[in-house]
Amino acid sequence: MTAETMMRDHAVAPDWKIRLRDLSKVFQTNSGPFTALEPITLDIPTGCFFMIVGPSGCGKTTLLRILAGLEKRTSGTMEISAPAANRPSNSMVFQGDSLFPWMNVFENAAYGLRMRGLPRAEIKDIVGHYLQRTGLSRFHNSYPHQLSGGMRQRVSIARAFANDPDILLMDEPFSALDEQNKILLQEELLRIWEETRKTVMFITHSVDEAVTLGDRIMIMTAHPGRSKLIVDVPFERPRRVLELRARPEYGELVYSIWGHLRDEVQRARAQDEESAK
Amino acid sequence: MSEVVEKAKDVRKASRPFSLRPSVGTIERMLNVISPVFLLLIWEICARLGLIDVRFFPAPSKIFTQLMILAENGQLWKHFSASMQRLFWGFLFGGIPALILGVTMGLSRPLRMIVEPVISATYPIPKSAILPLVLLIFGLGESSKIVMVGIGIFYPIVINSMAGVLEISKIHFDVSRNFGASRWQVFRTVALPGAMPLILTGVRLGIGLGLVLISLAEIVGAKSGLGFMMWNAWEILSVETMYVGLLVIAMLGIAFTILINELERLIVPWKQSR
Repeated sequence: MTAETMMRDHAVAPDWKIRLRDLSKVFQTNSGPFTALEPITLDIPTGCFFMIVGPSGCGKTTLLRILAGLEKRTSGTMEISAPAANRPSNSMVFQGDSLFPWMNVFENAAYGLRMRGLPRAEIKDIVGHYLQRTGLSRFHNSYPHQLSGGMRQRVSIARAFANDPDILLMDEPFSALDEQNKILLQEELLRIWEETRKTVMFITHSVDEAVTLGDRIMIMTAHPGRSKLIVDVPFERPRRVLELRARPEYGELVYSIWGHLRDEVQRARAQDEESAK
Repeated sequence: MSEVVEKAKDVRKASRPFSLRPSVGTIERMLNVISPVFLLLIWEICARLGLIDVRFFPAPSKIFTQLMILAENGQLWKHFSASMQRLFWGFLFGGIPALILGVTMGLSRPLRMIVEPVISATYPIPKSAILPLVLLIFGLGESSKIVMVGIGIFYPIVINSMAGVLEISKIHFDVSRNFGASRWQVFRTVALPGAMPLILTGVRLGIGLGLVLISLAEIVGAKSGLGFMMWNAWEILSVETMYVGLLVIAMLGIAFTILINELERLIVPWKQSR
């Protein structure tokens, strides 16, 4: 955990897990300051599956990286309620190929636990469980280059869950996958998540994915990014991806979110065209 | 569809034991052996027919006879082991610091900024040119030879280790930070294994250079070693012994290459099938 992150012990567990007040981020680049995030204020309740959608370049990944401790905020405050003893505050599922090519599936999935110095036997049990849950038991000894993209992303998910963090941060984990694999992995993710119901912060550019997985969706504006609208997803849990998608309310919600997002996507596109000139 | 494939496999499997045609791999391996053997054969014939001056190019059979003589009277082993010991210590004293320094330079930008100019400036100096200086400082004993080998091995390993770490994708460092790895853990679980393929390339280059430098150092100031053996052979006009020395060094080169290839298979199994 980085020193700048404020951690508070509460006698009574707070009803929020993450609390941001006017959090912003400005990068210093060679061509002057670049505002990635305009001040954002946000409360994320404990156990909430929180989705962020926004056009590309809107700073959603920056927000996640600040929460992960990989980037420092420029201003504002960030409070994350302290995890139980010996548990990490957060673990991230990265976008793209983040597995270590020099470690096999088991070693990759065990990475967080090994860094925390857990006893070997315990690591074996925990990792074994999550590899089994993600259908990777047979591939213990395989190296990442021997796996398909979908399998690699499953290892990445197993690695984050095995670490048993208080908060899961997911940065477009399925964006590189084809539609069929995506749906399977979404179902798998929901199944594993149901076991523990951790607080999740999940970034996506897919409205479908946001409505399918999330309890609450934050729509972000085009650059510079800020929160445009927060929508609650009313669907009950546990969910089945395809059944959910067949429901008319699902389509209506996707449609209305798209209505809010469309302007932003168009603005992002105009910005791209402007900078390409 | 799959049935047809199954059948095709069966046919292949069945026909293999009876096939007279060697596989492509076998042919390539044979070509590898045939060309040197063919060259030696021509050499032998030319020497016997007096087409070449045997004072400079003794027949391979003569060289081989001399090799057996030197092997039997223990001379060869004495010189061989002396050179190998120097190589070993030089490798240890030059290679290990180079590995640690190189990987750390890859991890730390400030350190890289400080050390890299020094390395760039001293790297192009021919290592053979500093032999007099090394002899002056370390004397004629073992240490000067070990230092020469060490210096030769240091450069390729330090440069390759650093380059190896810089090649590692940034996301892997993000992952290790997010999963709470300490500095030492980042070194051990990300930087070192990630840089290993290039480090092994450095080791390969370093051993080649080490063989060159050890021969040279032993020619100038030693009473044992393969370099000394060859130099001494020149003084007593035993041309065959010189060739034995060359042959042994060439064999050492091949042996080290095979050794490192095996090592590579063992410690970077993730890199082969790319």
